[in-house]
Amino acid sequence: MNDTVTAAAATPDRGQPYAALGLTDAEFARIGDILGRRPTDAELAIYSVMWSEHCSYKSSRRHLRQFAEKAPPTRVLLAGIGENAGVVDIGQGYAITFKIESHNHPSYVEPFQGAATGVGGIVRDILAMGARPIAVMDALRFGPADAPDTRRVLPGVVSGISFYGNCLGLPNIGGELAFDPCYAGNPLINALCVGVLRPAGLKHATATGPGNQVILFGSRTGPDGIGGASVLASASFGGRGEGAKRPSVQVGDPFMEKLLIECCLELFAADLVVGIQDLGAAGVACATTELAAGGKSGMSVRLDAVPLRDASLGPAEILMSESQERMMAIVTPDDVPAFLAICARWDVPATVIGEVTETGRLEMTWHGEPVVDIPPGSAADDGPVYDRPARRPASQDVLAADDPARLARPANGAGLQTDLLALLAVPEAASKTWVTEQYDRYVRGDTVLAMPHDAGVVRIDEETGLGIALATDGNGRYCLLDPYAGTQLALAEAYRNVAATGARPLAVTNCLNFGSPEDPAVMWQFTEAVRGLADGCQALGVPVTGGNVSFYNQTAAAAIHPTPVIGVLGVHDDVRRAVRSGLGPPGSALLLLGSTRLELGGSLWARTVHGHLGGRPPAVDLAAERSLAEVLVTAAERGLLAGAHDLSDGGLAVALAEACLASGTGAAVTLPGDPFTCLFSESAGRALVAVRPGAEAALTQLCAAAGVPAVALGTAGGDTLDVAGSFSVSLGELSSAHLDTLPVLFA
Amino acid sequence: MSTRVGVVTFPGSLDDRDACRAAQLAGGQPVPLWHGDADLRGVEAVILPGGFSYGDYLRCGAIARFAPVMAEIIPAARVGLPVLGICNGFQILCEAHLLPGALTRNAGRRFITRDIQIRVENAQTPWTRDYADGQELTVVLKSGEGAYVADEATLAGLAARGQILARYAGGNPNGSAGNVAGVVSEAGNVVGLMPHPEHAIDPLTGPSADGLGFFASVLSAVVAA
Repeated sequence: MNDTVTAAAATPDRGQPYAALGLTDAEFARIGDILGRRPTDAELAIYSVMWSEHCSYKSSRRHLRQFAEKAPPTRVLLAGIGENAGVVDIGQGYAITFKIESHNHPSYVEPFQGAATGVGGIVRDILAMGARPIAVMDALRFGPADAPDTRRVLPGVVSGISFYGNCLGLPNIGGELAFDPCYAGNPLINALCVGVLRPAGLKHATATGPGNQVILFGSRTGPDGIGGASVLASASFGGRGEGAKRPSVQVGDPFMEKLLIECCLELFAADLVVGIQDLGAAGVACATTELAAGGKSGMSVRLDAVPLRDASLGPAEILMSESQERMMAIVTPDDVPAFLAICARWDVPATVIGEVTETGRLEMTWHGEPVVDIPPGSAADDGPVYDRPARRPASQDVLAADDPARLARPANGAGLQTDLLALLAVPEAASKTWVTEQYDRYVRGDTVLAMPHDAGVVRIDEETGLGIALATDGNGRYCLLDPYAGTQLALAEAYRNVAATGARPLAVTNCLNFGSPEDPAVMWQFTEAVRGLADGCQALGVPVTGGNVSFYNQTAAAAIHPTPVIGVLGVHDDVRRAVRSGLGPPGSALLLLGSTRLELGGSLWARTVHGHLGGRPPAVDLAAERSLAEVLVTAAERGLLAGAHDLSDGGLAVALAEACLASGTGAAVTLPGDPFTCLFSESAGRALVAVRPGAEAALTQLCAAAGVPAVALGTAGGDTLDVAGSFSVSLGELSSAHLDTLPVLFA
Repeated sequence: MSTRVGVVTFPGSLDDRDACRAAQLAGGQPVPLWHGDADLRGVEAVILPGGFSYGDYLRCGAIARFAPVMAEIIPAARVGLPVLGICNGFQILCEAHLLPGALTRNAGRRFITRDIQIRVENAQTPWTRDYADGQELTVVLKSGEGAYVADEATLAGLAARGQILARYAGGNPNGSAGNVAGVVSEAGNVVGLMPHPEHAIDPLTGPSADGLGFFASVLSAVVAA
């Protein structure tokens, strides 16, 4: 028996399973106030998913406002926070849209499909802006590499990303792979997508124009993914599906999404779309409420018109289904035949399911009976906003006092070499080729740089060489020690990585991965991180354009390290001048830019050699990062560099080794101070550069003018990494330490 | 008047755009061909590009070989039209029985993207005449089902009749029988190649420009014909 609006008004005392759906008593009561009656089962379904943490951002919203409040002035932002993805104007008539998003929990439950549909979801967000998706990246974090469960999760995740991304024809141009016990029960799978569009082609998720038609197109709707956004108990909704178990992980079909992409781009080119929204978390419930609220209008929908894969689905299930590869468009009545014809050409199912109205209400019927009648904004925009208690835990002081400077250091050159090889071989720092070669990097023919370079670089215009660079970075260790500084360090690293290729950093996206917001210590980490990111973006002059928050990454009381993952987008005026990570040809002069102090807190050395995590993370100096970036970008523009590589995990030791392996050349280096400090400290704001012959004076001048310390390190060449007075290690030894770790663990 | 080179787009084709770009860069005129149209639009050569046509449903290329455009390509190929199938295109040509053998899952059971060397074994085909016999090229391999299989007798026959187009040099990346990276039909005009020459046309975006020769070769082949 369907729970209609009339029935709901007539039976105010009927019990409803709102708690099992994740709603609190207060939230349920508020729904009653909004509607003036109890909700129908279908309406309850809508509020339960739309007011979930994932969809409503109820624990984070009040803090995320800082991104707008502290936004640095910009003339290039075309769409920002609140839209499906941020959009920036990059000149020459092009705009870029990009965003990073999490799919953590599904990937733990079902690694292959969880990761695959994570890619699918973020790609659709980009498509919904009116853009052609052109590349993807992924930032992955797992438990210890040799743990049995990691062997269950990691290969499945990588296969899933490979399966979905490759089939879509999107080059995978970079990302991260990290391992730490804190992620053992809570792996982090953050997927980024970037797309290109003309500014005039920008689309919004708004339903405007009374009488305009609402068209649902893409895959048919099935029972997959119900409960993806909120908790679903086995309590049925009174439909016929009594106690049927519905899988909570979505299942992806990248072929359908490829057709959907091409179909949408033709629809956009033919100007047949007034507004568009992709269906992700909370499926039809989300798309309809957001489109109606966005358009400040009303909408009427016939839920029984939704094409189904499973005829037993009732209205509530249809609303909550997270079946993949679906979009919802607003189309004028005159344009409907042309719209449907293009969908037919691409074999994409498309159905008119409703229309835009002037009522200001979202009204839905099931076989003629009203089952939903709500103000759309109450679900989409006006969800609960919480001010969760945040309390700095006492353990922070204990952590900070545990100074890594007291840890035993290698006594001589042989010890330094041993530690270098140990760092190169540790899963976190080892070669990621085993993973990255499962991704297509070449498709579309515009990839200039991908792994293992510092940023992914993609050409946008073949004539002018205009292009973009993207890097993602995060560091859970630094953030545990100090969430404010650690977040700024992640931002600085991504910013530095983009500049190392010669691109001018322009805008930021972010995926904030944290434990439970109901834990005041986690909430403290979160508020500090957001504050750090907002302040950092203001100082660096790059605005946050959008992103994602993932809470509840914890198992019982054990939360993950606070892990904000920051993505930075930069622009290349001409990708032909992009700088590769490496030492350049033999004979190139090598310089170390930036300042080095003894800073071991949260370092790869302390973790690998001593299992230590304590002290303070490296100091943040955003003015110095800006100056360094300015030098790197200007030097690239002027063709002064044969190679550049930023310093991060493992300090100069790892950076030198990676650069040697990238170029296939050794180096003869004299360290400018205490060997241990020079090699393993992780001071921020530094880069290793190789200078073109004859450009040494120009580069030195550039650094001096910018106030960036520059010290000569040595020369590229030979087949050993020779550190004067300390050790000499062959490329072969560096290579075996670096290349074998992941294949041995996972092949 | 430059040579018209058709590039077919099936649902799920991915490297059609790159094949068009390669044909253009080589001096030809790329002509997009839609899978659903039984119309070759007067082209003088055809490329079946890489990708995941029909999502690799059933078997790679199994559905594409029945597309309306294939109803035009198959008979034209049988009377000499130069046809190049790259990766998924190679799979489609095998399914259409224009080439012998089949492509199966990589030995490592994973998709791999790698810059690899291949050796041109037959430089007399319309697609390889700009190369020399034995010339080694650096091109891109990116596939999950790139292992060539054919029984011993077939392989021996192919080798004897010069139908091995190219072999992997410096290591077999996917378990292909006889290190076969590409084959050519007995009549010599239909060629299948697993690696992607269209991704090696410019050192800016690929490992070399060695692949451009495939696209230049057919232009001179057509003129000479």
